[in-house]
Amino acid sequence: MSLPLYDSGFWPALALGVLFGLALEGAGFGSARKLTAQFTLRDFSVFKVMFTAVIIAATGLWLAEVLGLVAPRSVFIPTLYALAIGLGGALIGAGFAIGGYCPGTSAVGLASGRWDALVFIVGMVAGAAIFAWGFDAISPLYWAAPGPKGQTLDQLLGLPPLVILLALVALAVGGFWLGSHLERRFGGPIGSSEVTCGSEGAHPPEPGTRRGSLRPT
Amino acid sequence: MHGQPRPYWNPLVAGLLLGLVLLATFLVTGHGLGASGVSARLTAALGSWILPEATAANAYLGGYVKAGAPLAGWITWEVLGVVLGGLIGSLTSRRFRLKVEGGRTATPARRLAYAFAGGVLVGFGARLARGCTSGLGLSGSATLAVAGFVFLIAFFAAGFLTMRLIRGAWT
Repeated sequence: MSLPLYDSGFWPALALGVLFGLALEGAGFGSARKLTAQFTLRDFSVFKVMFTAVIIAATGLWLAEVLGLVAPRSVFIPTLYALAIGLGGALIGAGFAIGGYCPGTSAVGLASGRWDALVFIVGMVAGAAIFAWGFDAISPLYWAAPGPKGQTLDQLLGLPPLVILLALVALAVGGFWLGSHLERRFGGPIGSSEVTCGSEGAHPPEPGTRRGSLRPT
Repeated sequence: MHGQPRPYWNPLVAGLLLGLVLLATFLVTGHGLGASGVSARLTAALGSWILPEATAANAYLGGYVKAGAPLAGWITWEVLGVVLGGLIGSLTSRRFRLKVEGGRTATPARRLAYAFAGGVLVGFGARLARGCTSGLGLSGSATLAVAGFVFLIAFFAAGFLTMRLIRGAWT
């Protein structure tokens, strides 16, 4: 049996999606308040979950290559288009802070009964329609500044992948420590009872407000 | 009437499970997880229903229409699974609530207006970037792709900056 299987069938897709959804919901990512609290420094779950997942998957892929289970570069590696990805990433960050979700978490918000997630999804379809409508004008920006095809950090820096992985682990440990420190300081992280209690507009006072300024300094 | 919701998982446990699911996705399909691709397919499907000629002629959406049913594809089945998994999780943990969730001082109308505006930015941005937090941030970075890390830096920087301006909407 050679890996990857390159199986794009319905049932594996559905099953992997179910597990993806369970992990996101379990992390609390069906709640826009918990998600956006990442950017007020009160809740570092977004950073912690993402970084843990990236390190686990990256280490697993690296091990699979080292052990000869998968051929090198046999999985899809996106190519950098510096302007489009930088600007698009910034728009997604801004839209996340304003709208409360990203595309994947809006699906989980919808599955958690949040009307605002449904409205966010309608907005996403409108945003994609605006992009398509203006694509002729956007096209130069879309294709500008292409990087080498499927370039990875180890190729860019000329370092072994293991060094990159260890650097990511160090960054994660530092980030988790700092994040947990800030969470305590700002009265986080946000628990499930805080975001589910009452109806809209009737939330309990935020614990952080009792400890003086919420504004990060 | 709802009962006490179960606490969220430890973020490191959720991250571990997510990482294993992502790894399994790579080994099964040869690519990672995604989400925003569905918004493009949904736009193509709605477009070919409302404005069939303009959508078929559109430089960006035309390819989806030409290939037949624009919604039929791996990413659609996966996101259907995400909704199903989210539903199983929220219902069994008693975290499901039919409500508009926003800051204490935000009226539901204002919250929904923000949700729509944020959705437009994200929908546009994901088409421009060729992916979103899942496809580029999570899956791209797991392959150590430079593109994934450029995305993450831009995403977090813009998120923190924007939150400084609109903090009142969430507190």
